[in-house]
Amino acid sequence: MQRLDELEAQSVYILREAYNRIDPLAMLWSMGKDSNVIVWLAKKAFFGRVPFPCVHVDTGKKFKEMYDFRTRYAREWGLNLVVGDCPPIEAIDPSLPPAARSAARKTDGLKALIEKHGYQGIIAGIRRDEQAMRAKERVFSPRGLTGHWDVKDQPPEFWDQYKTDFPPGMHIRIHPLLHWTELDIWHYIRREEIPIVPLYFARNGKRYRSLGDQDITSPIDSNAATIDDIIEELASTRTSERAGRAMDHEHEDAFERLRAAGYM
Amino acid sequence: MAQASGGLLKIVVVGHVDHGKSTLIGRLLYDTGSLPPGKMEEIKAMSERRGMALEWSFLLDAMQAERDQNVTIDTTQIWFRTATRDIVIIDAPGHREFLKNMVSGAAAADGALLVVDAREGVREQTRRHGYLLHLLGIRQLAVVINKMDLVGHSRERFAEVENEITRYLGEIGVTPAYVIPISARDGDNVATAASSMPWYQGPTIVAALERFQALTVPVEGPLRLPIQDVYRFDARRIFAGRIESGILRVGDKLLFSPSGRSARVKTIEAWHAPMPVEVRAGQSVGFTLDEQIFVERGEIASHEDRPPMLTTVFRSNLFWLGAEPMEPGKVYKLKLGTREAPVIVQAIERIVDTDTLERRKGERVERNAVAEVVLRARDGKPLALDEYRSIARTGRFVLIDGYDTVAGGVISMEGYPDQRQALTVRSSNLFAVEHRVPRDVREKRNGHRGAVLWLTGLSGAGKSTLAMGLEQVLFQRGFHVYVLDGDNVRAGLNTNLSFSPTDRAENIRRVGEAAALFADAGFICITAFISPYQADRDRARAAAGTSFHEIYVQASLSTCETRDPKGLYKRARAGEIADFTGIDAPYEAPTAPEMVVDTNTLDIAPCLEQLADYVERNLAGAGSPMPPAARVRDKESTAPKR
Repeated sequence: MQRLDELEAQSVYILREAYNRIDPLAMLWSMGKDSNVIVWLAKKAFFGRVPFPCVHVDTGKKFKEMYDFRTRYAREWGLNLVVGDCPPIEAIDPSLPPAARSAARKTDGLKALIEKHGYQGIIAGIRRDEQAMRAKERVFSPRGLTGHWDVKDQPPEFWDQYKTDFPPGMHIRIHPLLHWTELDIWHYIRREEIPIVPLYFARNGKRYRSLGDQDITSPIDSNAATIDDIIEELASTRTSERAGRAMDHEHEDAFERLRAAGYM
Repeated sequence: MAQASGGLLKIVVVGHVDHGKSTLIGRLLYDTGSLPPGKMEEIKAMSERRGMALEWSFLLDAMQAERDQNVTIDTTQIWFRTATRDIVIIDAPGHREFLKNMVSGAAAADGALLVVDAREGVREQTRRHGYLLHLLGIRQLAVVINKMDLVGHSRERFAEVENEITRYLGEIGVTPAYVIPISARDGDNVATAASSMPWYQGPTIVAALERFQALTVPVEGPLRLPIQDVYRFDARRIFAGRIESGILRVGDKLLFSPSGRSARVKTIEAWHAPMPVEVRAGQSVGFTLDEQIFVERGEIASHEDRPPMLTTVFRSNLFWLGAEPMEPGKVYKLKLGTREAPVIVQAIERIVDTDTLERRKGERVERNAVAEVVLRARDGKPLALDEYRSIARTGRFVLIDGYDTVAGGVISMEGYPDQRQALTVRSSNLFAVEHRVPRDVREKRNGHRGAVLWLTGLSGAGKSTLAMGLEQVLFQRGFHVYVLDGDNVRAGLNTNLSFSPTDRAENIRRVGEAAALFADAGFICITAFISPYQADRDRARAAAGTSFHEIYVQASLSTCETRDPKGLYKRARAGEIADFTGIDAPYEAPTAPEMVVDTNTLDIAPCLEQLADYVERNLAGAGSPMPPAARVRDKESTAPKR
């Protein structure tokens, strides 16, 4: 089997397990390239439909292009879109560094949404190659009531038997793309012709490699104006994908603290 | 081009603590030019801040806590690239208590590097990890003898350690593809051949990894497609699952196990792609059938000529991760493919010492131990499975205790027959007709659940006395209750049966089925039969499902023989009755009954009181919340979205 076919089959298997075992279930849709790939995989898994709500935890600070994309594809893809608000910055732990504090709004917004709808499972598009902390994740990763992630006491996970038994009060984060790399994502987007937000393509020598809030995400120097260009650029780069995400780099353990508290 | 020709290779690096795994990985990244810019400087600064020489393992340890303890805590994955292929390293920790993280990482690997310190040689975890790699099914292995610089690059020392490890691996049936002498710290034989060890002619680690094969899924084997779900989003009824072995084609006649139903593949469905006529192992697929048959998650689809085995009992080799030890009689949830079923530990046959490979008797399996264990289906329903050595993916399982995964194991059927013939239903063309009065409505009106109270025990233990007494007590309290008793049933329903072993089994089978019908009708049906064989009682349990309550009426043989109400023991002793249970035929006491009443020490009245209490606690009041164990099944039967 080709690598992309293997990845697709594995992710479809994971999505079907989540849908069968966990109810109610929702997926996080940020309109970023990875979460668009999950929507696509879900349509493959469930033969043209996405049988659970697509949740956007809206900080109100995304790019206009992303909001336009949300409006258009929520309709075209027939998604059950659920938008959740985030608390104001003043309500967030002031001991966090500024960018992490800003990103933590999203964590609190997600917590509120999980409580409101009683979601037992949240599908998120994180990948192991993005960041060292995420490399330690499980495909089915339990979270306590507060969304807390206990990295030192994770359940065993092998032979594609995932954690689907958990006590009340807990929920499960499901990561169907955990085994993909950034390059896999782009190869798949090219093969399947999956729509993406145009901000990924270079304009005036800059492009976004990873999309977050406007004020804490910066573009990289690039002339990659097509998917082929991007794939070529990534094949030779050794800079990390999240280099443009300010909250990861404020302190040696800034991202670890964010994740332990429930950030994706 | 990025997706190199050799294909992505996943490897796991294991070995005893401090034998140099993390250093080796750091060095591999550095020597293949896979480090991001500035990373080397960052690690140098980090090492200096802590007053140490350059510490390669910091590359992997993303977390503060890990750096401070200098121990790798969890499985981490690291990507790098050689001249010909992309490689993912799954870093597994060496500490004994972290077995669960090691198996989580290692189970997905295509191959493994087993690191051994040239000075210390083979240690406890070296053997243990070697054994577990074998159990997890990892067949490609390179042994890396590290720290050769600390033994003066000695060829003799290398040969000693090589001998030691290959002898151990040979005993568990593993042949390493390579044994490579290296110094991770100096980079000798990591990516470049070392001038310090001219006597070594084999490949470097990088060259060895480039020769490893990526794991392939068995396309040639018989078809195995565990059903994951059934979708009814529109007019189509699509059966979804991943092919674990073999090939599926449109028009194939499929057999579903254990139900035994069959139908032909009408279409293979797809979205945003042409509908395929053939799909293969490794693919997640969906198909429709030409007939409306009832198939649910957990069944395995195969071709009719090469089906999986059906059995209610199997032997396994398993590793134990649970905090509480495994003991005979304990019940766990088995997950095998997409099937979930309760299993009981029938016997712990051997505990395996992974250090010496000695197999010893043991009463319990402690955390991190490996053991040979016989498991039996708790509800008596057959399981569809394969032997691990013939089809790995349907020949392995995990066990769940409460909410936690506590074991992983591989199946062997040594000493147990395939029960497919015995379990196959002879009458075909049967269609279950649905009642217009559902069972829960009956139970609501009755004010109690329907149930089978199956009393088992030696002749003279008090089964009939207790059954008739309990019937009276329950009837007076308003329960709908009826007793099926041995002699009464033999006078009618089973009048054509003798006391031969075959007919005795048939006697119990009919009683089990009749009792299940009573329970379905809303009655509490009490049965009073010796029913000496666990297999027969398991079949009765299978007929009644969760309504079945096995109650062991316990009394010693000598007590029963003293009572001898019908004078049967006397006649058996005199040789007038053959195959009498307890005298010249065995009685298999229940391993995990729902309840035990001890008539050795208690009189009839307190025993009856215990039984009545049990009924009040467990069966009174219909419509009360289901017990937690029923949560998942409950969800399935009520889920309207499918």
